[in-house]
Amino acid sequence: MKNNLKFLALFLSTSLVFTSCSNDDAPVNEEEVITTVIVTLTNGGNTITLTSKDLDGDGPNAPEVTVSGDLIAGTTYTGSTRFLNELEDPAEEITDEVEEEGAEHQVFYQLLSSLGTVTYTDTDVDGRPIGLSFTLTTGSTAGTGNLTVTLRHEPNKTASGVASGDITNAGGSTDAQVTFPIQVVTD
Amino acid sequence: MRTIQLLFFFLFSTVIWSQYSIDGIITDENGLPLKGAHVHIANKTTSTLPNGAFLLEKIPTGKQRLYISFIGYQPIDTVIVVSQNLTLNYQMVLDITKLNEIALFQLRKNSSVSVVEEQIAKATIEQYSNQTLGDALKEVAGVSILKTGSTIVKPVINGLHSSRIPIINNNVRMEDQQWGTEHAPNFDVNSAGKITVIKGASALQYGGDAIGGLVLIESEVVKKDTLFGRTIANFASNGRGGSISSSIHKGNRLGWSWNVVGTLKHLGDRETPDYMLSNTGNREQNFSGSTQYNAENYSIGGMYSFYNAQIGILKAAHIGNVTDLYNAITTQQPFVVDPFTYSIDNPKQEVQHHLGKVNFKKWLSESATLDMQYAFQFNNRLEYDVRRNSENKKASLDLQLATHTLLVDYKKTFDHWQLKTGANLGYQNNFANPQTGVRPLIPSYQKIDLGTYAIGTYNIDNSMVLEGGLRYDFSTIEATKYYLKSRWEERGYDDEFSHFIVGEEGNQWLTKPKFDYHNLTGNLGFRKQFHHELEWYSNVSLASRNPNPSELFSDGLHHSTGQVELGDLRLEREQSFKFSNTLKKDWKKTNLSVTPFINRIANFIYLQPIGFETTIRGAFPVWEFKQTEALLTGIDVNFNWDVTQAFSYKSNFAYVNGENLTENQPLIDMPPVTWNQKLVYSNPKWYDFTASLQSELVFRQTRFPDYNFETNIVVNNELEPVIVDISSSPAGYHLLHLYGEMTFNLGKNNKITTALFIQNLTNTAYRDYLNRQRFYADEMGRNIQLQIKYNF
Repeated sequence: MKNNLKFLALFLSTSLVFTSCSNDDAPVNEEEVITTVIVTLTNGGNTITLTSKDLDGDGPNAPEVTVSGDLIAGTTYTGSTRFLNELEDPAEEITDEVEEEGAEHQVFYQLLSSLGTVTYTDTDVDGRPIGLSFTLTTGSTAGTGNLTVTLRHEPNKTASGVASGDITNAGGSTDAQVTFPIQVVTD
Repeated sequence: MRTIQLLFFFLFSTVIWSQYSIDGIITDENGLPLKGAHVHIANKTTSTLPNGAFLLEKIPTGKQRLYISFIGYQPIDTVIVVSQNLTLNYQMVLDITKLNEIALFQLRKNSSVSVVEEQIAKATIEQYSNQTLGDALKEVAGVSILKTGSTIVKPVINGLHSSRIPIINNNVRMEDQQWGTEHAPNFDVNSAGKITVIKGASALQYGGDAIGGLVLIESEVVKKDTLFGRTIANFASNGRGGSISSSIHKGNRLGWSWNVVGTLKHLGDRETPDYMLSNTGNREQNFSGSTQYNAENYSIGGMYSFYNAQIGILKAAHIGNVTDLYNAITTQQPFVVDPFTYSIDNPKQEVQHHLGKVNFKKWLSESATLDMQYAFQFNNRLEYDVRRNSENKKASLDLQLATHTLLVDYKKTFDHWQLKTGANLGYQNNFANPQTGVRPLIPSYQKIDLGTYAIGTYNIDNSMVLEGGLRYDFSTIEATKYYLKSRWEERGYDDEFSHFIVGEEGNQWLTKPKFDYHNLTGNLGFRKQFHHELEWYSNVSLASRNPNPSELFSDGLHHSTGQVELGDLRLEREQSFKFSNTLKKDWKKTNLSVTPFINRIANFIYLQPIGFETTIRGAFPVWEFKQTEALLTGIDVNFNWDVTQAFSYKSNFAYVNGENLTENQPLIDMPPVTWNQKLVYSNPKWYDFTASLQSELVFRQTRFPDYNFETNIVVNNELEPVIVDISSSPAGYHLLHLYGEMTFNLGKNNKITTALFIQNLTNTAYRDYLNRQRFYADEMGRNIQLQIKYNF
C-alpha cells in the first residue's frame, strides 16, 4: 500500500514536470523561407527585372509577379537570379547559401526555344553548373510565353541533360518555382 | 507461493525424534469451511469434516510430503518438516483454468451485451508480432486498414478511422495524436494479451464519441500462481530485419503479480516486386511493465509503458509541388529509387509515448465493485522534413501532448440486472514547439473533459438480455494560434471569429479560439438467444464526436504529405446514429454470423481535395476539412466450417457503402469490398503442425467522388493545363498468404514454436485505395518471415 502511494506520488510529480513547459505565445520564427525570386537580365544599359514575391509564404495569397519590360529579339542578356527571404529585416540573402552549397542546388530555366535559350555561366566545386548566373539569348522573332525558374535541392547533377539545363531527369525537391510571363519584341 | 509456504513450515519446525499429530481447518476462497477435502501427509490420509477440520496422527518426524486437494481448487503439494505437533489451517485457491472450462459463458466479461465483440486471439497477435496493431486487427471482418506507406497502419472499422476509433489500452484511452491519417497508434502489438473490437459506440463507459468503434487492449492477466515467459524472434526478408520481443509474467491469485514486456524492432527499406521503397525502414524500442497486488477484497495496480518509434517516410512521397504529384500519378513510378539501406533519412517521424497509471479496485460486497484509476500520458511527435539547408537537422513539427485522466467506476449486480456507472475527468495540454522554424499545423491548446455515464443490463430470462445506457460529456478547448492574416481572411473568419484575436505580430494574428461542447449520447439494445444455435444481437446507438484540433485548426502545408491542409473553426460536432444487428447461427460443424449496419452521420467531417494554391515553391494541392450529411451502410459476414478434424475453413466478407448525402455522391476514402478466406490444416500429432493458406481479395473501389482539379504545369518548356487525377481508385487485387508452424516440447513448461509466414506469396504488384501514398509507389511485395517463439 505504501509502495503504491509512492508510485502515485511519482506519477503526479512526473506529470507536473511534463506539463510545466507552459504554452509559449511566441510566434514561430519561420526559417528557410524563400519569399522572393528576382531575375535580372542585362544587356548594356538595358536591364529587365523579373520579380516574384510571396510574403505570406504557404498562405493563400499567390505570389505577386512583375516583369519590368519586354525582351528584345536577337539579343544576348547577362542574367543572374537571387533568392530572398523578405520576412527578415533586413532581407535574408538566400542566394549566398545556394552558392555555398552549390553542389546540392541547381536553378533551371524553362522557356520555348523560339523565345530564347539559356546557357549557364557558373560552376560548383565539381565544375557543374549552379545556374545563379547565365546568359539568355533571345530568338530572332517576336513572341510571348513564359519563363519558369525552378530551384531544385539535391538534384541529380550527373543525370543526362541536367548539366545543360534540362530538368527532366534532375529529381530532387523543389525549393522555389516561379513563372514569369515574358514578351520578346523586335527592335 | 509454494516457497513461502515451505519457508513457513521450516520456520515453525524444530527437530525432535518422535511421532506427532497434525490438525487444522481447510477453508475455501471465502474463508468458509470445505467439507470432504482430501488431506494426505506421509502415508496417512483423511477427509475434512463439515467444519473443515481434519486430524492426522502418528506422523513420523522429518521431511514429509503434504498433499491437499478438492475439486475445482488448486491442489497443495509440498514438503513439510515435522518435528512437533502442528496445526495447519489452509485456505484453498480456486483453480481458474478448470472453472473457465465449465463456466465460460457465465464468466464472460463483456463491455457491451447487445453488440458482438470480436476478439483477436493471442496466437494471431503473435503472428503479427513483427507488424503493427492495425495488421492484426485486419483479421476481423469489417476492419480494414488505412496506411501511409507500409509501416504506418491505422485500423478502419466499418469505413471509419482515426479519432472515430478510440483505442483503450488497459482501461486508458490512448491520447497519441490520432487526429492525423499518418499517425499510427503508438502501441506495441507484443504487449497485448487480448484485443477486442467493438463496432460502434455501444461501450459507453469508454466515451460517447466512438462513432467508428472501439479497440480494447488488455495485457495478459494470469490469475494462477505461476511464472512464465516468452521470447519471440522474427526475421523478415522484406525490410531485411526483424524484431525480438520478450515477456515475463508472474501470476498470482492473491498477492503480487506482474508483467514485463520488451520489444526491439529494426527493419530497413521495404521493396515492391519491382523496386526499393527508399527510406521506408523503421525502428521500435518498446517497454511495458505492470504490477498488481490482489487482496481478498481489493486490488491495487500500476502500469507504465513506453513506445519509441522511428519511421522513415517513402522518399518518393515527398513531393515538391503539384507538378511532382501530377508526374507521379501519370508515370506510376516513384521518382527516387535508391539501393537498399537500413538507415532512415528525412523525411521521417520520431514518436514517443509514455503511459503510466495507477488503479485501485475494491469489492464493496460480493456483488459490487468500485474502481478508481489515474493515468498520465505524454506523447511527443517529431516530424522531420527534407530542409533546404541540409545542415539543419531540426524537426519540422514538434508536438508534445500531455494528458491526465481520472476515472471512477462503480458496478453493482442485482438479481436480474446489473448497473455500471462512473465519471471521468481529464486535462490535456498540447505544446507546439515554436523552435522548429516551421509554422505548426496543430497549435498549442488546453482541453478539459468531464463525463459521466450509467449503463443498465437487465436479464429478462436466460435467453434475453436488455441493455441501455446514457452518457453526458462536457469538453472545453482553448488554443493559442497564430494565423496568417491572409489565411484568416481567406477562411472568412473576420466576421464570425474576430473576438478570438488577442494580438498582432507582423503579418499574423495571435488568436485564442475557445470552444465548449455538451454532448448527450446513449444506446439501447438486446441479445436474444433462440435455442442454443441462434443468437440475435440488436443495438441502436447515438454518438457525438467533437472536431479534433487538426480538423479545427490545420492551416498550411503539411510537409510530409506535400499538401496544404485547411481546418475550419466553423466545424460542428459529428453525430452518429447507428443501428446494427447480428445474427449468429451455429450448426454442428459450421457457424455463420451476419452483421448488417446502418450509420447515419450528421456533420460528418472529411478531408476533401479542393484544388491548389500557388506559393513560391509552385502550386500545392489543397485539402480542406469539410462537413456533410453522410450515410454508411454495410454488412460483415463471418463463416467458419470445420471440414474434417484436420481441415477447417474460415471466411470473412465486408462491404461498406458510404454516401455523401449533401453532394449526392459517394464518400471519399471508403474501404472497397474485401473477402478473406483461410484454409487451415492442423495435425496435433505432428508437433502441433498447423498450416494455413489465406486468400485476400480486395475489389476495386468503384464508388469514389471526382475531386480532380486542373492546374498548369510546365510541359516541353511551356505551361500547359492538365487534370490531376487524385480521385481514381487503383485496381483490385488478390493476395495469397501462407503460414505454417510447429511446436517442439523441450520439457515440462518449455517449448519452441517455429513458424514460417509468407505474405504476398505470388509477389503481386498492387496499390491500395486506402493508402495515402498510393499515388507514389506500389505496395510491399513478397515478405518471407521466420518466427521462433520460445515459451518458458
